[in-house]
Amino acid sequence: MDAFIELDRVEKVFDVRKKTGFLKRERRQVRAVDGISFTVARGEMVGYIGPNGAGKSTTIKMLTGILTPSGGRLRVAGIDPSRERTRLAHRIGVVFGQRTTLWWDLPLIDSYKLMHRMYRIPDARYRENLDRCVELLELAELLDVPVRQLSLGQRMRGDIAAALLHDPEVLYLDEPTIGLDVISKAKVRRFLRELNAEQGTTVLLTTHDLQDIEQLCSRVMVIDHGRLMYDGALAGLHEVGESERTLVVDLERETAPIDAAPARVVKVEGPRQWLAFPAGESAAALVARIAAEYPLADLSVREPDIEDVIAKMYAGSTPGHTEKAVS
Amino acid sequence: MGSGRLYVAVVAGGFRRYATYRAATAAGVFTNTVFGLILVYTYLALWDEKPHLGGYDQAQAVTYVWLGQAIFAAMAIGGGGVEGELMERIRTGDVAIDLYRPADLQLWWLAADVGRALFQLLGRGVIPFVFGALVFPVALPGDVATWGAFLVTLVLAMAVGFGIRYLIALLTFWMMDGTGMTHMTMLAGFFCSGMMLPLNVFPGALGDVVRELPWSALLQKPADVLLGEADPWRTFAFQGAWAVVLLGAGRLLQSVATRRVVVQGG
Amino acid sequence: MVDGLRAYRLIGGMWIRSTMAYRASFAMTTFANFAVTALDFVGILLMFSRVKVLGGWPLPEVAFLYGLSSVAFGFADLAIGSMERLGRRVRDGTLDTLLVRPAPVLAQVAADRFALRRLGRIMQGALVLGYALTAVDIHWTPLKALLMPVMVLSGAGIFCAVFVAGAAFQFVAQDASEVQNAFTYGGATLLQYPPTVFGRELVRGVTFLLPLAFVTWLPAAYVLGRPMPLGLPHWVAFAPPLVAVACLALSGVAWRAGLRSYRSTGN
Repeated sequence: MDAFIELDRVEKVFDVRKKTGFLKRERRQVRAVDGISFTVARGEMVGYIGPNGAGKSTTIKMLTGILTPSGGRLRVAGIDPSRERTRLAHRIGVVFGQRTTLWWDLPLIDSYKLMHRMYRIPDARYRENLDRCVELLELAELLDVPVRQLSLGQRMRGDIAAALLHDPEVLYLDEPTIGLDVISKAKVRRFLRELNAEQGTTVLLTTHDLQDIEQLCSRVMVIDHGRLMYDGALAGLHEVGESERTLVVDLERETAPIDAAPARVVKVEGPRQWLAFPAGESAAALVARIAAEYPLADLSVREPDIEDVIAKMYAGSTPGHTEKAVS
Repeated sequence: MGSGRLYVAVVAGGFRRYATYRAATAAGVFTNTVFGLILVYTYLALWDEKPHLGGYDQAQAVTYVWLGQAIFAAMAIGGGGVEGELMERIRTGDVAIDLYRPADLQLWWLAADVGRALFQLLGRGVIPFVFGALVFPVALPGDVATWGAFLVTLVLAMAVGFGIRYLIALLTFWMMDGTGMTHMTMLAGFFCSGMMLPLNVFPGALGDVVRELPWSALLQKPADVLLGEADPWRTFAFQGAWAVVLLGAGRLLQSVATRRVVVQGG
Repeated sequence: MVDGLRAYRLIGGMWIRSTMAYRASFAMTTFANFAVTALDFVGILLMFSRVKVLGGWPLPEVAFLYGLSSVAFGFADLAIGSMERLGRRVRDGTLDTLLVRPAPVLAQVAADRFALRRLGRIMQGALVLGYALTAVDIHWTPLKALLMPVMVLSGAGIFCAVFVAGAAFQFVAQDASEVQNAFTYGGATLLQYPPTVFGRELVRGVTFLLPLAFVTWLPAAYVLGRPMPLGLPHWVAFAPPLVAVACLALSGVAWRAGLRSYRSTGN
């Protein structure tokens, strides 16, 4: 397979000054990214997850040419991002979840017209791409609305369209569903799936929402303390992390604790019971069994938190010295 | 008693908050010193041409310049006090939260502004003033009483300065775009406080008018007390009267405005 | 370079349209901008209401300096004045969004918040300059006439260099944006008064160290037929274009260094 994104022992070391007293300052080096290697093939859709401060954004910033790596080798589409930032810019699309790049006081369409000219997109390509994004992201009625009047979900859809008008070969998304309601999340996910399937766009996304990964990514990478801790399928991550989903069961009346191995009851509160089961298992089979044997009224499934999964994954094996005092 | 302690804590909080901006403070000291240098030379040329202009001699004029640079930030003569934050809270509606605090809105912000002013007086004022006094001939009083009276005028100036800016900030309840207003405040501050040129140099009727406006309480009046050109008690009375009028007007406007919020916010 | 100008034009155009979304506020701030600078000149008028000359210069000649300095600074401020906000962009991380665009960052930052209201300062300076030209008795020669526009353009260039260098400094010290006010606004204020007012050391400093004297003092002394400051030869009056180019080149180097340090240290 042709490696579209290549990282070979990439490092990023920051000098951080910390106040330790009234006038005293301590300088220390923080290894935000500590020797990460991976490759992503063209057309892959990869989730990049990890706790806050793990080095996710730093990696994305190096991949997009914002930051220069302190060590290692990094190529995107054969280009060294930090050296040829503007050449790379034509081939990548970036969506910063928390920071819109749309023009606040102007109608949405104006931001797209700017992209059209700034990226020198041929007119026909621009029309075609815009029409497709407008249709799939349901933007038709928003084009003439000033961006400041859009809801968070509408703005995110608008931002995604803005990042795609110049036909990027890879799309980086930093927390694309953060703060969105369920319907908006679903719209964004459906669009990304279609983009990847039909245009073959490579997608790399960071997220806190395991459902994003579950519904979009065949591959997930976990980063913690600047190191790549896991690289593989989501199911495998659940296995390694022994993560559990929770089934919340509401019964018609109080009963004895439900017996449905491998699920185990972790909490009972009147007619409501909480059952933990391995995240890799199908919930459907479990529900069917419970429904057959117990007076079921209602139920819901809770996903494990990324932080929990990772914490369990590395319980007892905390990676050591990531911060070293220098002076 | 209990509430008194609360406001002291707010003052301390305001002080500490501004104390964290070290680089900004250093930058401000530098800028004030540069502007002081430019002004001092123009004043020296002016007083060279006309000694005893406005009743000052050269040393007094020089002292006036450095005093202006020293208290410019503390008195927020060009804006830049807590009113910016208050305006933002009014605009976003967060002010409604402040209204539910067990504290008086005006006193709360006054305390925060006094904390800010105290820090900026020390952090941004001392160095330019000492620099000016060391490099140029200045006229400083030798007696403790004058220095004491001067300090009182500074405290009163803080109250007047806050009074003006609080009124302006409250106008945000009625006018949502504050940029134009902020500009105008800055304009009035520069011109009418004597920051640009001592008010006693202003000619004729214009001079008579600006010397009675509240802005003269910010720089001109404290300077005159420090330079021994004004009677301290009359100055206190002038500043105190303006402080009472402005803070009173602020209260009035505040009660009108908060009624609006309560009605709107339901 | 061409790419940069193109991006500048595109982004500047967007900002103009953005401000036009609030016409009333635009009118008010343009007027305020005009008034703030006008008040500056009122201060000088007040001084001259009490004296006939300042540092040996009468009002029309001071107005000549004032007008030239204001217009030159005004053009620089209009073109790239928003660069003083760079520190804020570094702090809140929005600089990153500019770094993923296929255009030079300098051009994007320079065009950021492009504000036509800054025409207020230029208009006010031009009015004062117009008054000065009618009131001052200049022995015009073709060379002097040619020097006038050259002076304004070079002056704007020198001030632009100060803005760029100031922004470059903010990559290192994000909270210290006020330092550059001392050189931009402070410099413009300094140049509004005759050089004879200031101490010799200060005049030397702004001639050889931070060459603001080339914006007005040196060429204006030549046009007015006054003795050159510091006893410099007359040909120095024609140096401003060279000085401007040198300053811009140096500030460009500083900008590159600043951006490189940002990209290697992040935020």
